[in-house]
Amino acid sequence: MKTIVSADPFAGPRATGGRAPDVFRAGAWVPMRQFDDSETVDFVVVGTGAGGAPLIARLAEGGFSVVGFDAGPYFRPLEDFASDEMEQNKLYWNDMRVVDGANPLTMGGKNSGKAVGGSTVHFAMVSLRFRPEWFKSHSVLGYGVDWPLDWREMWGYYTKAERALSISGPLRYPWGPKRPAYPYRAHEMNGAAVLLAKGCEAMGISWTPTPLATVSAPHGASPPCVYRGFCRFGCSTNAKQSQLVTFVPRALRAGAEIRDLAMVARIEMGSAGRATGVHYIREGRWRFQRARNVVVAGYAIETPRLLLASATNRYSNGLANSSGLVGKNLMTQSNQAVFGTMQEEVRWYKGPPSLAITEHWNYDDEKNFVGGYCWMAQGPLPIEWATIQTGSRGLWGQALRDEMAKYNHQVGLKMVGEMLPNEANRVTLADETDQYGLKVARVTYGWGDNDKALIQHALGQMQTSLEAVGAREIFRQEDDTNHLAGTARMGFGADTSVINSDCRSWDVPNLWVCDGSVFPTTGGVNPSLTITAIALRTADRIKALAARGEL
Amino acid sequence: MTELYPGYDVLAKRWTQSWNEQTRAVIDARLAAPREPIFFTPDEWRCLSAVCDRIMPQAENRPPVPLAAYVDLKLREGFLDGYRYAAMPPQDEAWRRGLAALDDEAMRLHAARFHALSTARQDHLLSRMQRGELNGTAWGAMPSALFFAHRVIPDITHAYYAHPTAWNEIGFGGPASPRGYVRMALDRRDPWEAAEAKPGEEERARRENDRVG
Repeated sequence: MKTIVSADPFAGPRATGGRAPDVFRAGAWVPMRQFDDSETVDFVVVGTGAGGAPLIARLAEGGFSVVGFDAGPYFRPLEDFASDEMEQNKLYWNDMRVVDGANPLTMGGKNSGKAVGGSTVHFAMVSLRFRPEWFKSHSVLGYGVDWPLDWREMWGYYTKAERALSISGPLRYPWGPKRPAYPYRAHEMNGAAVLLAKGCEAMGISWTPTPLATVSAPHGASPPCVYRGFCRFGCSTNAKQSQLVTFVPRALRAGAEIRDLAMVARIEMGSAGRATGVHYIREGRWRFQRARNVVVAGYAIETPRLLLASATNRYSNGLANSSGLVGKNLMTQSNQAVFGTMQEEVRWYKGPPSLAITEHWNYDDEKNFVGGYCWMAQGPLPIEWATIQTGSRGLWGQALRDEMAKYNHQVGLKMVGEMLPNEANRVTLADETDQYGLKVARVTYGWGDNDKALIQHALGQMQTSLEAVGAREIFRQEDDTNHLAGTARMGFGADTSVINSDCRSWDVPNLWVCDGSVFPTTGGVNPSLTITAIALRTADRIKALAARGEL
Repeated sequence: MTELYPGYDVLAKRWTQSWNEQTRAVIDARLAAPREPIFFTPDEWRCLSAVCDRIMPQAENRPPVPLAAYVDLKLREGFLDGYRYAAMPPQDEAWRRGLAALDDEAMRLHAARFHALSTARQDHLLSRMQRGELNGTAWGAMPSALFFAHRVIPDITHAYYAHPTAWNEIGFGGPASPRGYVRMALDRRDPWEAAEAKPGEEERARRENDRVG
């Protein structure tokens, strides 16, 4: 097999000189159109993850001139990705953030990426649809707030997203309204997934192979998944359908430019109340890209950070912030787990970590709290497993080594649970600065009573499931959280939200937000497919508005 | 502790289809990391080495994983975690202050530095740090429990479980690209995975483990 170990992806930009890395061929390049800073492009998109990349591609395919910025490097998965937990820390947003509040969030690998492709380069590939009622959780389910989106329209965009990402999954999904069969067959289940299924069957609840964004048969230049199990540390074969190998190459083919290692620091406002472009740093030099529209797609920390950091005398609270809601209503998802030891060898490091799922409690409303959750099979690699043992059980010394020796017999179930929006959970700017000289984000978080009740319910259910399959030495991981949402919520009016249903700022008509920060509520499933579906819808809406001369 | 995976050596797969070139380069660099401190002073190094010995005690029948050296490497290279608690100083300052404070606690309690204490006394001090019961002035505003949970534990245990020696000990398959795995079901192992020594079958496991490469 031909292998070229390439130069350091952090040393300097790779997408330059009229070409960008060909992620499918070692050492090869693909042509890339480039724009001059002084050229006023139709769209600047800040961020190339689950929201930014599809929007860049669809806008470019619609004939707009687009430049996508990412603060991270442009990785070549075939050459840059080692099979190693520690080395692959390079995929995460490791720059400083300050966390506080009653339940400070763990940042880094859990919830943020710094790479072209964003955190989809290291996500677990779990690709789920919202429960339809969550788009109207206030009026239908009696909690949270309603979204200005209709689930029937979203159902169509979910289908488009699933096709674009070649999602592997079951023929029939057990919950919710009818959806098409997944484009690719479900993956074979590993031991950990089989034990989830057995537990669910013992409890009398449904389960299914998890819809995953890694192909179960060849697709284009992607080979089928080989079950190496390092999915959350970057896929070195390109089986994973990250944005880096799906919408980003599409965007380049359609004439978009991607600028890697380009950190956007500030959005410039013109005298007419419209954004005029972005200030960014690349190769140690501050530059300014002119644009007719600016889309912020940096996820729930960097998006409000950029909007707040772009404050001027006229916009003293930051851009798009007449509501005062930028940075507020940050939501994470509860990610607690229950683990145990099996007589059998499980060897949960093989295959994608979450090959089976139950969404039972997302669709059952007979609970003494609001919101929902799912749980999935688990396959932590050694460092993550040690983190769980030390963090949840306080183990160290010989006791830790003895417990770690049971690694190949461990089994676990981990939830993704809905946490409710709360204005006190928020992103603000701290006084200290990062390596670019920009103020870092301060992330403040505390769990509410409903969040805690939901977590306790889930822990009890997951424990019942593990007991039903004969797991011994069961213990709970009580403190973990993962995905992010909120901080630039969409809504029905300028006083109660930051953007409208088209992801367009109420205050600045040519400023848009397109990532997980637009979520008014977060639901009980992993958010990436919903972010991508919203991005596909936003692209269509922008094209429709442009056709009517309303941009 | 008896060997669970007798004779298993993940490095034997180094030239198989389970390791690609970039993985070989990364692991080679890790195994070749300098063993001497560059970031830490000699006093800090002695204290840190003693802490590492207690947090991750190592088997005597094989070369130890140089844990203190990996902590030194993380600090001098400035590898960050992506966040820090508001009550915690930056990681290099946290380590310097924490080790000095631990030595200070040891001096006040036992009139000796931490590294010179018996292992029982070292463990007792570390347990008190874990519970946040060390409050000497040398800690400043840094809570000792946060230093334990967010610096001592992750920086030392992550270094250990990033090392092939630890993978051998727990029977982890290790690097797996491009070959991956084929047998996914319970109680099934691929020929290139570690064989566990069930009671009475140690020799069979050893023979299987000789063949993973």
